[in-house]
Amino acid sequence: MSEVLLNSILTLGAVAVVSAIILYFVAQKFKVEEDPRIDDIEEALPNANCGGCGYPGCRAFAEACAKADNLDNLYCPVGGNDVMKKVAEILGIEVKEQRRQVAVVRCAGSYDHREHHNTYEGPENCAVVHQLYGGETDCHYGCLGLADCVRACNFDALHMDEKTGLPVVDEDKCTACGACVEACPRDIIELRVLGKKDRKIFVSCVNEDPAGPAKKACSVACIGCGLCYDACKFDAITMYDNLAYIDDKKCVLCRACVEVCPTGAIWEVNFPPRKPKPDKKKSAATAKKAEESKQQQISSQPINISDLPKEEKPAEEKTETKQPESNRVENKSEENKNENNENNN
Amino acid sequence: MVALKTFKKGGVHPADNKFSADKPFVKAPLPKMAIIHVTQHLGAPAKVLVKKGDKVKTGQLIAEASGFISANIHSSVTGKVMKIDNAIDASGYKKTAIFIRTDKEEVWEDGIDTSEDLVKDIPYSPQEIVEKVKKAGVVGMGGATFPTNVKLTPPPGKKAEYLIINGVECEPYLTVDHRTMLEKGHELMVGTKILMKALGVNQAIIGIENNKPDAIEYLTKISKEYEGISIQPLKMKYPQGGEKQLINAILGREVPSGGLPIDVGAVVQNVGTTVAVYKAVQKNMPLIERTVTVSGTNFSNPSNYIVRIGTPIKDLVEFAGGVPENTGKIIAGGPMTGKALSSLDAPIQKGTSGVIFFPDEAAHRKPYQDCIRCAKCVSVCPSGLEPYLLMTVTEKQMYDVARKNHITDCIECGSCSFICPTYRPLLDYIRLGKKTVMDQIRAERAQKQKK
Repeated sequence: MSEVLLNSILTLGAVAVVSAIILYFVAQKFKVEEDPRIDDIEEALPNANCGGCGYPGCRAFAEACAKADNLDNLYCPVGGNDVMKKVAEILGIEVKEQRRQVAVVRCAGSYDHREHHNTYEGPENCAVVHQLYGGETDCHYGCLGLADCVRACNFDALHMDEKTGLPVVDEDKCTACGACVEACPRDIIELRVLGKKDRKIFVSCVNEDPAGPAKKACSVACIGCGLCYDACKFDAITMYDNLAYIDDKKCVLCRACVEVCPTGAIWEVNFPPRKPKPDKKKSAATAKKAEESKQQQISSQPINISDLPKEEKPAEEKTETKQPESNRVENKSEENKNENNENNN
Repeated sequence: MVALKTFKKGGVHPADNKFSADKPFVKAPLPKMAIIHVTQHLGAPAKVLVKKGDKVKTGQLIAEASGFISANIHSSVTGKVMKIDNAIDASGYKKTAIFIRTDKEEVWEDGIDTSEDLVKDIPYSPQEIVEKVKKAGVVGMGGATFPTNVKLTPPPGKKAEYLIINGVECEPYLTVDHRTMLEKGHELMVGTKILMKALGVNQAIIGIENNKPDAIEYLTKISKEYEGISIQPLKMKYPQGGEKQLINAILGREVPSGGLPIDVGAVVQNVGTTVAVYKAVQKNMPLIERTVTVSGTNFSNPSNYIVRIGTPIKDLVEFAGGVPENTGKIIAGGPMTGKALSSLDAPIQKGTSGVIFFPDEAAHRKPYQDCIRCAKCVSVCPSGLEPYLLMTVTEKQMYDVARKNHITDCIECGSCSFICPTYRPLLDYIRLGKKTVMDQIRAERAQKQKK
């Protein structure tokens, strides 16, 4: 009995010793040299694995950083400049500071601005609606309001505003990972760089229809009139497909375009409220007048309901939540004012 | 009695509601303003040939095919081109259209025979026939709007054995093909002979469902005058009018996954298309009008109309008696595959086979619940797919899985959504998945060609 036991122990022991020796040499031979910096970089990264950098996850981005000679084309949008500085320190190279980007929803067609002509009852998914038909309103380019972007966001930076039916970006939480840009079937959301004090100016419309139909479909549509193009002294505005586009890299945030826009399609965000200047009073007054007459027009001519088929009743549930549009811009600027005051204090 | 033929896999039995089956065709008045889209067919949009202010005659070519899969567009009225602008169509999107204001007097383009006389002799060669069909802009009028001349030119190395004429009309409510078979029987037969000659086949089979006994009887009687044409009564089942299902029902052959009917030696043409081919070849008549059923459970006067292409649906509905009260939804095409209209300004197009009204109580979708794994959708799918799976993977954007599970074989018949006990929007998602996968496949093909 004890002989059997002894034999097995000896045999197994011998096998173990031989295997250990083989494994040792094999491990020496096939040793994988991994850059130790990769682990360090990965640790410095936010590890959100969102793919916003263009690489499949933070590890892949860390590997790419370790291999690269410079960090010009590598940028972690979630971590921002702070994280990139840390990465550069680990690698012992310099990194240029990049301006912060945020997602911007380029549609202002709230319930108040766009007449709803029919009701959609299918699955709540923008992509499904987009491939099905033009949508509940006459604007076939604008936001469908079914929150594909909100579901795509991993950072809780987007939510739907029930009053307007449009998504709102929480700029503090937005990491510019680009998931919402991918998710939007109508390419409404865009990543734009922010200016000083997180300011930005953008055309909040993507309707490519000519002026008439665009304006009929939505009272705050860009009608492609070109006034802003003429007003811009910095060549930041381009016109295409009946739309104006402001290049965020060329824009110097002078706000000249905002003043001339006849439909209010150009938005300024995070600016302090304008001080009434004597020379600009006139233009402001005319703009106000235009705004008023526009509002009157809208209220006096509800977009020809007699044209519509009887079956298409206006979206009742949604119109119930209608509220006078005290514009997000204004709210923003008020908030901003408070903030500024706090800062000053 | 011998059991009637039908296709093997899947299928559903919606109530057929063919209220307008005994109503003869009525000519609808000419529209005051015809809105003629350049995208009325599958494939590339036609290229506009006219400009604002031009005078056009009825039947004049106003937009020509641009590419192999594309179709000519002709003016359906005599008048003046008012503008070329975007206009909403039945798809719910704005697309380029030619607006023509109709003159009081109608002038036809030269060479078009507008008489009703039957011309039986076919003196043309197959190439000439295909050329004439192409020139007339004939497309599949069952609803798919695939250019007919493309179907008549099989790819090299493939030969058609049978021509199948689709007189199934399995969509509920629609009766235009039924009426065409009864009223244009001889034109249909000559059209079939023309198609047989173009394809070089000796046998043609007209498939008709057994809910149209009068059509079966009448066509069986007159088919004796025409050699090689036989009538095949079929058992009612939806979607028997699908090409692949009809081939399976009549010939017992199965079109392989990703394949075309020509792979099993068959070419399928709709009854309406066949009559359009007859007119194009024998009378030089381009495709400028089509037959439309206007019907609905709450509609007092369900009827069949011959309507010029480009007539706004609003005008047709007004002529037919107006939108009934408590209408909740209006569908262009049949209720199973058709599309709810978002605006009645959309015009009748080459593929619009019906305008169907639904009362408000029947128009709404019920809120959907979770899948209960009953597999009803799997058993009714005529393509042998797993709709519940395809919907889920599309929802989760796992398009590679959808592709492996043959999402592109879906014929979008809607049987799965029709049968689902928890009202899941199966087809809505499958359409999205199919489109995405098709786009991927096209992109890959384009990339390969570049290399």
